[in-house]
Amino acid sequence: MKRLANVVELAASYDLAIIGAGPAGMSAAVTAAEAGLSVLVLDENGAPGGQIYRGITGTPVKRREILGAEFWRGEEIVAGFERCEASYAPHATAWSLAPDGSKGFEIGVSLGGAVRHIHASEVIAATGAHERPFPIPGWTLPGVMTAGAAQIALKANALVPDGRVVIAGCGPLLFLVTAQLLAAGANIVAVLDTAEPGNWRRALPHLPGFLRSPYLMKGLRLLLKARRANFISRVTALRAEAGDDGCLARVAHTRGSTETTLACDTLLLHQGVVPNINLANAVGCEQDWDDGQLSFVPRIDDWMQTSIPGLSIPGDGGGIRGAEAAALGGTLAALGAAARLGRLSQDERNQRAAPVRAEFERLSAGRAFLDALYRPPKAFRVPAEAETIVCRCEEVTAGEIREVVAGGVTGPNQLKVFLRCGMGPCQGRQCGLTVTELMADARGVSAEAIGSYHLRPPFKPVTLGELASLPSNDAAVKAVVR
Amino acid sequence: MFRRLPESDTATLRFKIDGRPATGRAGESVAAAMLAAGVVTCRTTPIGGQKRAPYCLMGVCFECLVTIDGIGNRQACLIPLTEGMDIRSQDGARDMAGEPVTEAAP
Repeated sequence: MKRLANVVELAASYDLAIIGAGPAGMSAAVTAAEAGLSVLVLDENGAPGGQIYRGITGTPVKRREILGAEFWRGEEIVAGFERCEASYAPHATAWSLAPDGSKGFEIGVSLGGAVRHIHASEVIAATGAHERPFPIPGWTLPGVMTAGAAQIALKANALVPDGRVVIAGCGPLLFLVTAQLLAAGANIVAVLDTAEPGNWRRALPHLPGFLRSPYLMKGLRLLLKARRANFISRVTALRAEAGDDGCLARVAHTRGSTETTLACDTLLLHQGVVPNINLANAVGCEQDWDDGQLSFVPRIDDWMQTSIPGLSIPGDGGGIRGAEAAALGGTLAALGAAARLGRLSQDERNQRAAPVRAEFERLSAGRAFLDALYRPPKAFRVPAEAETIVCRCEEVTAGEIREVVAGGVTGPNQLKVFLRCGMGPCQGRQCGLTVTELMADARGVSAEAIGSYHLRPPFKPVTLGELASLPSNDAAVKAVVR
Repeated sequence: MFRRLPESDTATLRFKIDGRPATGRAGESVAAAMLAAGVVTCRTTPIGGQKRAPYCLMGVCFECLVTIDGIGNRQACLIPLTEGMDIRSQDGARDMAGEPVTEAAP
């Protein structure tokens, strides 16, 4: 692996550009480099691993049992990535991606304070997942953060929330973070479980696939560890409340007909992860609403290729399947890309893919059960209280959205014009799904019918100073200088 | 607020948060260093002046925008801490008029 720190070190063109150095991106790089492709990996973080293996190359956490065996599994993937022939640019941001006719793609890259456009014949966008929005009253207060954020602080920085911690929501990560924070000595006052009891019945048909996957043993081990915390189940409403200083002081939760308030210093929210679709959406990939995962998912084929030829999305960015499946998906995407570039015959591709695909499918089969079991309740996806903030950036509330929908606004893009909802710096990442589901609910139509924001490049902010660093030819200069 | 696990290496990088001296670990993000230094609120919003703090720590929420060495709207969770950084919580919208003029990198 060759590390790049500056745009001048970038080649003008690569066979394959990979965006994201999580399990999918790293394994794609290894497979593609082995097949003889010139590979560039761009990643926002300073070290490989993505979010799931965040900090794995330099975590200050010394006691390995705190993070658990599943985390350390990433060491092997990172080691393989470090040995491979790919170029790797950490602290790099890809902010535009445009199909360049039949020849490939032009990618806008920001690195070391300057930007360049590079060309790639194939692109693998391994942009992963982020946490599903959790719009409850008070979720913007300082002191409230996502459970994933607390996990990143622990993995990458050996930081543990001080004082009284309340964890709320549902999903496998909730149990994992609880177990890890307990092992790290956090004072977890309560875990407020929002999963609906009826989920078991809906999950049952998916049980056979789950039993074949390795999730069962993992899940049981995790449950045993996490259950040492004070679990409060069947929570149907949550509210974060501020103290005199305007920061989090209490969290109120409803169970049955009783509301209880707990004093706390940190509230960690989590209700599952969803594909980070901003890049795919901005480039124009076809996407579908997945009712099991309650999110939009880019449409991908057996080789993780999207509706745009040459652009593949393996890993959680193409549908949540977890870290191990992501690594296998990255391999499949790279084999597909290598074959399209003529570096592998179809037979070679299929032969190498067969065992990978078998394992990929075994892992993927376990997912539907988890999706059903930890399906986040509607009350926490579609805020009922008018004052609850939906768009954190522009401070747009659920009530305002319902009001303009009642006035005839039909979709998320029109909503932007009326309320600036989704137009702040996060570019809809924190409100997109809530807006879709809220509008669907208000209009009595499906989420698919409402659709999502239409996003545009730059899909990550880039400064004018960076843009000014783009090399310009004579024609470009003459176009603006007189 | 966060505390460091006792087993983690000593924080050796010196920086300032709102004029107050603090130390952070080499390799950590500005946001992590701020959390470890006891920062609860890192900015107020341009719209309603609401207090906000780092929320996702992975670059997607843009809640951790702060002013670093005079430049506003920096994503604290993605920027590595360096020796001598002057980090300030951001009050409302970025004030570009007060920012130092920088030459674009080559």
